[in-house]
Amino acid sequence: MSGVLALLGGPRSAALHLGLIAVLAVLQFVLAEYHHIAMSRILVLACFAIGFNIAFGYTGLLSLGHALFFGAGMYGAGLAAQFLAVAGPGAFLIGLAAAIATTLIAGAIALRTAGVSFMIVTLMFAQAGYLTVYYFGAYTRGDEGFVVDATMRTLFGLALNDATVRYWIALALFAVCLVGALAVARSGLGRVLVAIRENEERARMLGYDVYRYKLTALVISGAMAGAAGAAYGLLFGYVGASFASIQYSILPLLWVLMGGAGVVLGPFLGTLAMFYLIDLTSGVTTAYLLVVGLALIALILFFPKGILGTLREKLGARGASWLP
Amino acid sequence: MAALDAQATADAKAPVLLRTQGLTRRFGGLTAVDSVDFALPEGEIRALIGPNGAGKTTFVSLLSGRIRPSAGRVEFDGRDVTQLKAHARVARGIAYTFQITSIFKAMSARENVMLAAQRRLTQGLLGPSEERLRAEADAALARVGLGSRADEPAGALSYGHQRLLEVAMGLGLAPRLLILDEPTQGLSDEEIAAFIDLVRDIARQSTVLLIEHNMQVVMGLADRITVLDRGAILAEGPPDAIRADEAVQRAYLGG
Amino acid sequence: MDFGPFFLLAAMEGAVGAAVLAVTALGLSLVFGVMRVVNVAHGEFYMLGAVIAWWVTSLLGVHPALGFLAALIVSPLIVGAIAGAAERLVLTRIHYDPEATIVATIGMLYIIQQAVLMTYGPDARPVQPPFDFRIQLPWFGYSGYKLFVILAAALLMLAVWWGLTRTRVGLMMRATQFDRETARAFAIPVDTVYGGVFAVGAMLAALGAVLVTPIQQAHYLMGHDPLLLSFIVVIIGGLGSLRGTVLAAVIIGMSDGIISVFFSPTLAKIIATLAVAFVLVWRPQGLFGERPA
Repeated sequence: MSGVLALLGGPRSAALHLGLIAVLAVLQFVLAEYHHIAMSRILVLACFAIGFNIAFGYTGLLSLGHALFFGAGMYGAGLAAQFLAVAGPGAFLIGLAAAIATTLIAGAIALRTAGVSFMIVTLMFAQAGYLTVYYFGAYTRGDEGFVVDATMRTLFGLALNDATVRYWIALALFAVCLVGALAVARSGLGRVLVAIRENEERARMLGYDVYRYKLTALVISGAMAGAAGAAYGLLFGYVGASFASIQYSILPLLWVLMGGAGVVLGPFLGTLAMFYLIDLTSGVTTAYLLVVGLALIALILFFPKGILGTLREKLGARGASWLP
Repeated sequence: MAALDAQATADAKAPVLLRTQGLTRRFGGLTAVDSVDFALPEGEIRALIGPNGAGKTTFVSLLSGRIRPSAGRVEFDGRDVTQLKAHARVARGIAYTFQITSIFKAMSARENVMLAAQRRLTQGLLGPSEERLRAEADAALARVGLGSRADEPAGALSYGHQRLLEVAMGLGLAPRLLILDEPTQGLSDEEIAAFIDLVRDIARQSTVLLIEHNMQVVMGLADRITVLDRGAILAEGPPDAIRADEAVQRAYLGG
Repeated sequence: MDFGPFFLLAAMEGAVGAAVLAVTALGLSLVFGVMRVVNVAHGEFYMLGAVIAWWVTSLLGVHPALGFLAALIVSPLIVGAIAGAAERLVLTRIHYDPEATIVATIGMLYIIQQAVLMTYGPDARPVQPPFDFRIQLPWFGYSGYKLFVILAAALLMLAVWWGLTRTRVGLMMRATQFDRETARAFAIPVDTVYGGVFAVGAMLAALGAVLVTPIQQAHYLMGHDPLLLSFIVVIIGGLGSLRGTVLAAVIIGMSDGIISVFFSPTLAKIIATLAVAFVLVWRPQGLFGERPA
């Protein structure tokens, strides 16, 4: 029992994170239909952001190419369902495997660089991936995308186009990613990742193979992004090139920056806040990317630590026990 | 010089822990380390001295693997480690503490040392338990006299304490060879006296290679001294012989 | 058409693309060279240049040549002013931290792009060429304006080269590029130089765009490709090396034009983006840069 508690970052952290999952489970019975669907999407996208946070928030790897991993998961699952007639869990696993393989290859190359070069290399890889979707337009239908056949969207006999099923699956995936991120953050691995972020040369001279640790972090990150992509495609039944575009590399960065980089709960809060911020302003303007741009600059200028990062700092030692 | 060589042969009873042969490093046209043959027996405290720009830091960087040599080889514990990367050499037991304090400022002092111990105690995928790590870290902190500051953020410690934390991180690695790069720089006289005792204590388990400018520390601590000048070994021997050596006085002591 | 003339046409189209690309990429290279920051909003300054060119010419309603000339002056000035303001308001406050700068310029990218969408709208609009003159070759006729673009780009680059190497301002820029702190010690107003360089970089993008509007219509999403190609050029040419940038622009602009005629443009772009990644990984000084000692 104490092992489980340690995994969750101690009693306070365990209470907060498990409590959130419980609240989200109950919330679906209360939410109006629109918000019910929105929350399913937010939960899946939050998994993408949680993955991004492992690389960016904890390890200090600022990737501009995570759409590649999200897209690999989505297209892996979507194409498997569409053309190989692999249903539900099988398609999901194929998507996950595709994302892990893609991250491993792209990461192994990109991690030979650092800083700005790493950002550009990941950006270029993701751009090449995006263009590849167009190149194989005969299968992917490019920008237009394709609708995943409803008969393939099942899980153990449950239809994934049912809103309640969808919410439960989204919540389950979110719970796995959240607890996984918590476990990483609180483990020896997490300590080394933060050490690399803080002072890479020192970490190396303590005997850590920095390259291997970074690659490990990136693969965990890419796997979560891919899982989110695969789930998104299967749950909502649509696979399109826009999900592999640069915009989907920028969005997880924005979500993490807003919620708080290097805080386990940050990505969820950021995804939630950004979703409703865009939702609210959509009444005023259709140019929702304007909101994205303004939010990015405002965060970088005034709140570089994000909502929860700032809060944790204010709370001091108590903050760290609640928000690892 | 003949006297020094005789002395060297007499002392060479302990097995050699570290040896370099023809170790060379060039930066563009400059040869910072020039074909150095060097041997360090196990259990010794060796001081490495020399005027500024003599190549001391480059030399120990070649030993720790932070820099690749242009030529020559490094042997540690009888094995060729020349091709090993820095982190792999640390795993073999070569620890290096930085000349410019290099710690994880946002983490607590304890976590800094835990990181050092964690690497040593991790076998394959399985890391040690948190309790074990904390105990190891607290023991190392107590040894350098930082036991009461374990929970403080490393960045908030005084400069002298940060230097001690560096040493504690070195201890956390339980190295066979501890390389200290100017450890007493910027410390007060009192802190230096305590530091000398600490290094003597460490030397009971580890071999120590010490780059140092403070002659009082060098003479008080070193079993033997190696003098580096313009990338080459100028002299080597026990403190008294080095003090008396004319070439050393000319090059370094300003005699 | 036979292969020979067809290839000639492809090469001429490539040369026009290369000329515009060289001017645009030079702006990005200058900013990176002096300030050591990557400006992701560069493509949007290009787009802004084109849109303002359309706006100026249609507002004036004078002879196309006069309108074009006005656009050639007004558009870069407005874009430069906007870029300078953005630099003061944002980049100085994050102290040009390389990673934060990329995030901030991504923000600028979206703001500029969406602001244009909200005001100028989603339509593509043409600008009339300043003169209508076709050169009749034995196999096909070719637009005289396109040849003018090549000439104008060459003159612009000569002007930049002259400004950098022969003037006091250029000297200050190079000193700042060499060592910011030392430059400050020599009483060079580093902050002003930074603001100026960022503005000039954006102005070069705008100039490239004004040259292109009579060939290609102004559209709020037109900044995407020039940004990507400029990135490719600046990285292949060696980050911060102006000579390498121009050389790479010519090679990539030409080959992009030629490859696009013969092969799938998508495949060409995939290869180009991967090439950039591999150059950064295995030859970070660029293909034409010197390996640092």
